[in-house]
Parts: sequence; C-alpha cells; structure tokens
Amino acid sequence: MKIINSPFHFKGGIHPQYHKDLGDREAIRELPLPAKLTVPMSMHLGAPAKPVVKVGDIVKAGQLIAEAGGFISAPVHAPAAGRVKSIDQTVTAPGRSCQAIVIETSPEQEWELMPPIPDWGSADPKTLLERIGAAGVVGMGGAGFPTKVKLSPPPNKPIDTIILNGAECEPYLTGDNRMMVEHADHIAVGAQIMRRILGAEKLRVAIEDNKPDAIEAMAKAFEGVDGDVAVVRLHTVYPQGSEKHQIYAVTGREVPRGGLPMDAGCVVENVSTVYAIYDAVVNGRPLTRRVIEVTGEGVAHPANLMAPFGVSYAEMIEACGGYVGKPAKLISGGPMMGFAQANGDIPCGKTTGGILVLPPREVSNFTSQACISCGRCVDACPMRLIPSELSQLIEAEDIDGAANISLMDCVECGCCAWVCPAHRPLVQHFRRGKAIVNAKRAAERAKQQEAAKK
Amino acid sequence: MNPEVNPNLLMVSSSPHAHSGASVRRIMLDVLIALTPAFSAACWFFRLNALRLTATCVLTCLATEWVCRKLMKRENSLGDLSAAVTGVLLAFNLPPELPTWMAVAGSVFAIAIAKQVFGGLGYNPFNPALAGRVFMLISFTGAMTTWSRANWSYKLAAAAQDAATAATSAAGGLADALTTATPLGMAKAVLKSGQAIPGFQPSLFTDFFFGANLNGCVGETCSIALLAGAVYLLARKVISWHIPVAYLATVFVYAWVLKICCPGSALPPMAHLLSGGLFLGAFFMATDMVTSPITKKGMLVFGIGCGVITMLIRTSKTGAYPEGVSFAILIMNSLTPLINRATRNRVFGAKKA
Repeated sequence: MKIINSPFHFKGGIHPQYHKDLGDREAIRELPLPAKLTVPMSMHLGAPAKPVVKVGDIVKAGQLIAEAGGFISAPVHAPAAGRVKSIDQTVTAPGRSCQAIVIETSPEQEWELMPPIPDWGSADPKTLLERIGAAGVVGMGGAGFPTKVKLSPPPNKPIDTIILNGAECEPYLTGDNRMMVEHADHIAVGAQIMRRILGAEKLRVAIEDNKPDAIEAMAKAFEGVDGDVAVVRLHTVYPQGSEKHQIYAVTGREVPRGGLPMDAGCVVENVSTVYAIYDAVVNGRPLTRRVIEVTGEGVAHPANLMAPFGVSYAEMIEACGGYVGKPAKLISGGPMMGFAQANGDIPCGKTTGGILVLPPREVSNFTSQACISCGRCVDACPMRLIPSELSQLIEAEDIDGAANISLMDCVECGCCAWVCPAHRPLVQHFRRGKAIVNAKRAAERAKQQEAAKK
Repeated sequence: MNPEVNPNLLMVSSSPHAHSGASVRRIMLDVLIALTPAFSAACWFFRLNALRLTATCVLTCLATEWVCRKLMKRENSLGDLSAAVTGVLLAFNLPPELPTWMAVAGSVFAIAIAKQVFGGLGYNPFNPALAGRVFMLISFTGAMTTWSRANWSYKLAAAAQDAATAATSAAGGLADALTTATPLGMAKAVLKSGQAIPGFQPSLFTDFFFGANLNGCVGETCSIALLAGAVYLLARKVISWHIPVAYLATVFVYAWVLKICCPGSALPPMAHLLSGGLFLGAFFMATDMVTSPITKKGMLVFGIGCGVITMLIRTSKTGAYPEGVSFAILIMNSLTPLINRATRNRVFGAKKA
C-alpha cells in the first residue's frame, strides 16, 4: 500500500491552533446507555423521516422507527430497545425544530439486525446500495447527505475516484482520527464496498499529516487490497477537509461552480460514514450510533464516546466529568464551522461531529470595526472570493450585487472571519445573504410552477 | 455591547468560534514600530526639528481625531492607533525647518478632511497623511520646498563636497541649487536649464543610502532605516512585497530606459531609487491598506502605476515639482476601487479564462 504526498495544494486556507492533544490519544469508549433517548427525525439533509411507531410501542434496538420521507431522505432506527414514550418536537443543533421519537430504554437490550451480507465481494451492487439506504446511512462529516443517493450518480457522470475523507481539519475534533486508528480494517472493507458499487478505479484515503497514526493504520489496513489504492498525505491546513478542496488536493480537479463532486468524477465520503457502510453491509447493523468526541478546555475529561443517537449534549458532557468552571460556549461540531448552543438540551444525531466546550478565555468577545481593506480575507479564502467586498455589499443590503460577485460560492468555512483584524462578522453576513438569495430563488421557482399550472 | 443575559444560557453566535487574534490596533502598532528606525535616524540628522515636528503632528492628529469623533457622536477611535500612524507619516513628509503652526494645520486637514469626513478609518479614499502633505504643499509652497542642509556628520561631508565640486563644474552656476536643494530638486533644476546632468560619484550612493548628508523631508532621507522597518513589516506580514517591489522595480526600469535613451539628461537609476520620498512612499504610504487594492494582482497594478506616475513627474521638463511620490500614490488611491473591480481572483471552480 503506497503512501503519497498530496500532489496539489489549494490557495488560501489558515493555520489555526489545533488543540487536538486534548482527545486524540483517548481510545473510543462506549457511553453507558441513558434512560431516555430523544431521536430526531431530521438527522440528514432532505425530507424528515416519517415515524412508523406509535406511543407505547415496545421497540428493539435497530428496529425501524421511521421511514425515509422522500428520495433525498433516510430512515431512522431505534438506537436502543425500550418503549416509545412520546413523539414530540425537538430542536436540533443547527437551530431548527423537528419531530422526535422519545424512547425510554429498557435494561435488557435486544437487537434486531438486518441479515448480514458477508459475501459483499460478489454481491450485486444494487443489493449493497439498497442495504446502505435501508440502514439509514448518511454523510457523517457534517452535511448528512444520504449516502445511497451519493452512491447512485446518474450514468452520464462516471466516477473514477473514491476519496475517503480523513482530513478532520477542524481544530479540537478527534473522532475520525480515533476511528481510523481503531477501525482501519473495517473502514477498508467499507471502502471496497463503495468501490464495488461505483466501479471506480481509484481509491484514495486523504489524511492530514498531523495524524501519522491514522496514516500508518490506514496504509496497513489496505495492504493486499488489489487495484489502484493509496493513502494521500495532505498538508495540515484548514479547510483541507472541505470536499472541493480535498478533491483538488488529491486529483488536481476543480469541482465546477455550482456543481457536485461527481462533476469532477469523484465521490468523497467521511471515514466514519465508510465505517457505517461496513457495519450496515457486513454486520447488518443500521446506523444508530457514532463516535462523538466531547472536548475543549471546558470539559473535565475529554473523551471519544461511542454514543447512541438521541442522547443529550448535557448527558454526554456529564459522562466526561462535567464542565470545568463556567463554560462560555457549547458548540456542536468544531470551532470553525460548528453551531453554538444556548444550552445542553440538544440531542446528538447522525451529523454530530463533536461537542466542544470552550471556557471564557478561548472565546473571543469583540466589537467589529469598519473594514480596513487589508486583504487578509482575500488571501485566506479557499474559494478565492473577496469576502471584504461581499460583506460590505450585504451590509448595504445590496444582496443581488453580492450574489453577482460569487456570494453563493461561499462554503462558510470561516477562514475570512478568523483572520479579520477588524473582527468583522463575515460568515454571519454571508449566511444571511445566502439565505435571502435562496428564499428569493425558491419564491421564483414557486411562481414559475404556479404559472406553468395555469 | 453586552445586553443582560440569562445566566443559565450560554453565548450563541455565528461560526467561526475561533479567531487568529489579529487586530487593527496591532497592525498600526507594528507600523509604528517599523517607523522607529527612521525616526531615530531623523532625530540624528535633524535633531530637535525631527522631534518637534513628529510630536506636533502626532498630538494634533490624535486631538483632531478625538474632537471629530465627539462631534460626529461616534465611538472614540484613538485606540486603533491609526491617527498616530498618520501623524508620524505626515511629520516624516515635512521639511525639517517647517514652522510648527503649519504642521498643525496639515495634521488637522489630514484627520478631519481626508479621514473623518468620510467616516473614519476604512472609509477614507485617500491616504490621510499624503492628503495632508499635498494640502500643505499647495498652501505653504514656499515653506514646504525650503531646505537647509542636514545636520550631518562632518566626516561624511567631505565625500559630499567632492561630488558637489564635480556637479558644480559640470552644471555650472548651479552650486546654489546643489547646496540648498534636495538631490531631485537639483536634478530638476539641471533638467530645466537644459544642461547635462552631472556624473555621480559612487560614494554619494552610500550617502544616499545612509542619508547622512542629504536634504530632504524629516523621515525620508535614511533609506537603510526605512528598509529595516520594511523588513519588519514584511516579516510580520503587515504588508506584502507586491506594492513596494512593483513600485521600486518600475521606477528603476523607467530610469534605466531613460538613461539609455537620453544619457545626458537623466539621473542614474540607483539615484532615482534611493532619493526623495520613494522608500518611505513605497513601503509605508503606498502600502496603506485602506487606500490600496486588496488582491495581489491589483497590488502589482497599483505599484506599477505609482512608479510610472512618479517618474513622469520627476522627469518632466514642464512640471514644477521635483518629486512625484505623493501625487503618484494619491492618484493611484483614486483608482483603487477600479483596480479592485478589475482584478478579482478567479473563483475556485470557475472556468479558466
């Protein structure tokens, strides 16, 4: 198995402090089963899942409790055996509200698994794909895009390269690193299942060079795997884990504006997702849990926990010894792109990458100033935009003007705001601007459809 | 800024939740640090005059900024140190003998008219220090172009005397111009008289470089001190190389071509490079973030433009001014929005042009 250095380097990006040493040596441990799980129906991109159980039903672990709500959607399975206590509304990490099935867990845990497919190497790719869909596997890197959809590109978009995203470029986060170190063999199997489905010829594992253990483990796991397989050692630079930038670093291809990775002949999957693919196919286990690291200087004992979906952030932090002093910020995900939470009463889900607690000294509290045109954001932007100009246009409510000069290309990575000496809330401006543009476009589409009906 | 918060709720804000720690204040502090070698040199050459003008300009700029913000009912902005930077830069651009009240007037203009009227730091289209200087150049033309020879060390003076003799003999009757004008002023006088430019002795270049026996503005004569400050700014990544290198290279190439085309009437390229306010302008004024382009491509265009305009002013027979750095930068300042618009980067994933 060869290890190659990434042949291409994207322009821009930043070098934040990583703080990975808090949790990157902590072996993954199982979270003791909580008494209650609040399982959200929206743990993925697309339509929310539709509950198929009633209040009072007794469910087994792994049993289907909600079916996919559309083509771009995913089913949800019971993370633990117990009784359906209620079907309620809950708030999820990005701040949206959705339905949730509340399960009171029982002391005896009985699993209901799907039949394993041990001969995946010779199985029909369609069967494998159906299984991945039925197991509720979605992209666990953050976006939660249903994996079945991602693995079914239209025939006019041939895929020649599969990239396993093990960059984990967000500071603090260590879960993917631990998965690669501890489950390299299983991830390798998952990767081969993906290759069988897509028929792609190249398989690449992209890992930043600040994770030598993971690089070594993955290289070893792929030894003896036939075909064009390699671990790509990436430079440690944020946002190396961004799909578009990773594709560029590995293949030198740029995903066209407004396009998807498949437009560049690639499929990128996070390593935890690839593990879930393995688990679904080889063990018949649906996606009901994941590794979530609880980390940050505000947590007593940072740890990487294998946790069932539906456990609250507060319980996760409690399992790690609780807060140290008074926390300043509780973040779902990493410090660059994560969502700040007002309290710990939020359920973990398929896209919960990590729980980060920052003490006051790690939180910058500031007043923003006028842009001094220093151009640091321009140098830092990995999409090569002009963040300063965009933010000034949005401030002046010229949203169309901003959209005309590439507002919609922003990936919200936060590099611009991180470098800004005037502490301008650049990402906030862009999110607002993008939301307005999207709403406008949706309204126009609806109008056109209305007109078409008449 | 901090409204009352329910103590049980945590702080919620948009990502990112981390910051590099950079601040406007730190950038301005770095510029002030970078100006200290040149300030030390100025104090050595011009003694109390350097101290007097610098203190006058800095204090007036700070006071004007404070008063303007009060009148405008805006937050006090002395803490970002930008007014102090403007003060130092303006003082560095003044002849050492300039009366104090003129320096006060220039400082008030720089902050009140060139900066705060537009809304303060970040909104000013022109470099405030240069706008202040040009205002003074037009209002107090005589005082702004009167030079006394620097208080140099006598050891170095001997070398200058040699050059002076050579120049005088060649230029004939222009001895006055040499002893009381800046090198560029002398060159302009020679040029206008239609005579040939005298040859320069190599030793004079070292003098240019150390600025020991040259007339000039308070902070512009000692190239090596300015260079030391520039290296600091580059190392701290406060400025990038693009504007100064493009500027200096353009001046050098322009002068070199001129030297080849009309050898009799042009200063040597090295003399153009090291004289006047070019180093001060290229490293400290043209690189002013607010008034220069934001993309690297734009910075190169800006630097080249500054170089061409500087040389046009310096070497035109019809123009009155011997030095063109201030005008060149101000003219390019006015083009910055256009340059920004024309030099956007290719967006990642966009078709290659």
